[in-house]
This record gives sequence, structure tokens and C-alpha cells, in this order.
Amino acid sequence: MDFELIQRVFIYFVQAAWITVELSFLSVCIGLCLGLIGALCKLSPNPWLHYPARVYVSIFRGTPCLIQLFIIYFGGPQIGLQLEPFPAAVIGLGINIGSYMTESIRGAILAVESGQIEASRSLGVGKSQTMIKVILPQAARLMIRPLGINTIALIKGSSLVSAISVVELTYTAHRYIGSTYRPFEMFILAAIFYLAIISIASFLIQKVDNRYALSL
Amino acid sequence: MEGLNFSVVLEYYPILLEGLLWTCILCVSSIALSLVCGVPLAVGSISKNRAVQLPTNFFLWVFRGTPLLLQLFLIYFGLPQIGIYLSPVASGILGLGIHYAVYNADVMRTGIVAVESGQHEGSRSLGLSKAQTMRKVIIPQALRNVAPPLGNNLIALLKESALVSIITVPELTLSAQRAISDTFRPFEFYIAAGAIYYCVNYLLELSLKRVEMKTAMYR
Repeated sequence: MDFELIQRVFIYFVQAAWITVELSFLSVCIGLCLGLIGALCKLSPNPWLHYPARVYVSIFRGTPCLIQLFIIYFGGPQIGLQLEPFPAAVIGLGINIGSYMTESIRGAILAVESGQIEASRSLGVGKSQTMIKVILPQAARLMIRPLGINTIALIKGSSLVSAISVVELTYTAHRYIGSTYRPFEMFILAAIFYLAIISIASFLIQKVDNRYALSL
Repeated sequence: MEGLNFSVVLEYYPILLEGLLWTCILCVSSIALSLVCGVPLAVGSISKNRAVQLPTNFFLWVFRGTPLLLQLFLIYFGLPQIGIYLSPVASGILGLGIHYAVYNADVMRTGIVAVESGQHEGSRSLGLSKAQTMRKVIIPQALRNVAPPLGNNLIALLKESALVSIITVPELTLSAQRAISDTFRPFEFYIAAGAIYYCVNYLLELSLKRVEMKTAMYR
């Protein structure tokens, strides 16, 4: 172990870890929006909403995230969509995790008792009002854990964007492995940051879950 | 914006097929490795012996909390530092295998714990040894519980196998990249690679569903 080397590159890893956090946060936000829209569309009886949502989930869950990122970043310019690495990464990861979020949110909405819908409808509440005021608040408390699992998976998945040259943790580790020939030290350093980020994220999710989760 | 031309993909189909073959070899080997290594990790993580349990859980914690790509770098670039030289393919199989062994171990542990404790006591009071109880009573029952989540892990493994292209394993993603460096048509070839992954994924899902139905029948 070369501690002097670790000390020298430490600051770069801190910066890279911050990029990983930023990237994950932004993609989770996109993913949650897409997931909510996707879930509502997928549950809708209207075929124009239902089938596109199904196709979206099936395609993005059925192909590797790396390929999706490559299509956006390398294939995009061919159809007139030129993106910098960071936005391409956020969009790619966001759309990808959105398809997983769709399924989790849909599951949570379906898990709310059907009696709730019937009662609300028979009280004269409209369909969309029933969804917004009765179903979603209850579903929100059911989806904390699955969405948390998706978020943790996304933080680890964010390492993929090093392949489209976003300077995050894995990219930084790779770069310093190349220049210092000290793979173990760089692995340990990057691993410590990942474990810290993931531990903090799971702690926060656990806290929210303890506070709000509804057990059925 | 130049026009898209998907007919180029057809000219390069031998390269893509070769890549697909490597992807299949890679996935089958690493699935086997992940299942085989998952069992001792699962048993170790619930062992009564703390000298076994603590290191196993630490190992699981580290490998669950770090990305696959980083682990691949550790194996491909790191093992030579201690004198172990592996080819890209071997590193890819080892990396995928160990990464998913950790996830499989988690699933298997839950499966083992979920088997009623009465089964354990019953088997022990019938005179079976601890190891026999585990092997002949607990694990066969646990297998039924774990078939669906294990299947999900295998599907995830197939998709994540695209990552090993970064450590230059000549699988489907890298074949697509080779074709792209010839033709400068990333959009078409990545779409084609994605479509192939989608089909393989679909087939794997179908066959896993059949396995799941079979194991569920013996309940």
C-alpha cells in the first residue's frame, strides 16, 4: 500500500465522487418523473397511452444500459442530437432507471386495495381525483422501498457512464490505474467512496421508510 | 444529419454473430460460476462460526456496494500486480461470476432462512448431521423459494455482460464497436446490438419462466 500516492490523488476522488452523486441525483429525478408518467400510462385503459408505456418499459429493461448510453452519446449526432457527456449520461441513466421505476410505481399503485377506489368513486369523486387524492398518497408510502432499491442500483450503475468519458469515480479510478500502475490502491479508494455514498443513501432511504412506510 | 442506413448492418452480420456467440459463452460460464460460488457464500454468511461469518459478510458488503465495472478493473488490471495474469475473457467470466455470486448469495441466504426452523429441528432430531441437514433438507426446499429471484439475477447478468467490452472481451458490444470503426455508423450498429440483446433476453426470460413453473409445481 502506497499511502503517499493515495493522499496525492484523494482530492480528485472527492471531486469525482461529487460528480457521481450529482449524476445519480439528477437521473433519479428524471427516472421518478418518467416512472410516474409511465406507471399511470401503463395502468390507463386508453391504448394510445397503454401500449407506448409497455413498449418503453420492455425495450429499456430488455437491453443493456451501456448500449442505451452508446446510442444516445455516439448515435445521437447521426440523427442530429449532439450532447455533451454529462447531459447524455443523465438522460441515458434517467430514461433507463425510469423503466424500472415505472414497474415499481405500477406495482405500488396496484397494491392499494381496490375497495379504496370503489369507495372513493361511490362517494362521487372523479376518476383523476380518486387517483390523485386517494390512491397515489397511499401508493407513495408503499413504493419507498422498491424505489430505494432502484436508486441504490442506479448509483452503482452510474459507473457505466465512465465509458462515455464522464469524469466520475470509476473513470477517475481507471485513469489513475493507467497512470500510477497501482490498481489495488485505486480500487480500494474508489470502493470506499462508493460504499460511503451507498451507505448514506440507504440510511436516508431507511429513515424515510421508517417514517412513512405503510405495511399492508 | 446524414440518412440512416440499416442495410449496412446486414453486411456485418458475421461479426455480430461471432460477438453473440462470445456473449453466450461468457454468460453461461459466469452464470455457472455465480451459482456455484453463491452457495458457499450464502452458507458462510449465516454460519454460527464468527471466523467464517464476519469475513464472508464483509466480502459480500464490499462487492455488493461497488459497481461491477470497478470490480472488472480490479481483476483485469489489479491481479497482474500480484502476479496473476488473466486473459480478458477469463477476467470477464471471473468478474461477472463473482459479482453475481454475491447477489445470488443474498437471494440464497434469504431462501435458506425462509425454510421453517421446524424442518431443521426435525431433521436434526432424526439423527442427521448438520451438514446433511443443510444438504438434504434445507437446500432442496430453499431452491424452490429462490428460483424466481435467481432468475432475475441471471437476466441482469446477461444485460451487464455488455460491460466486459470495456476490458476488451470480444463480445457483442465490442463487435458492434468494431463494425462501427469500419463504417462510422454508431446509431445503426448499437440499435442492432440492442435488438439482439433484447431477443436473447426474451428467450432467457421465457426459459426461466418454464423453470419457475416446474419448481413451483413441487411445492
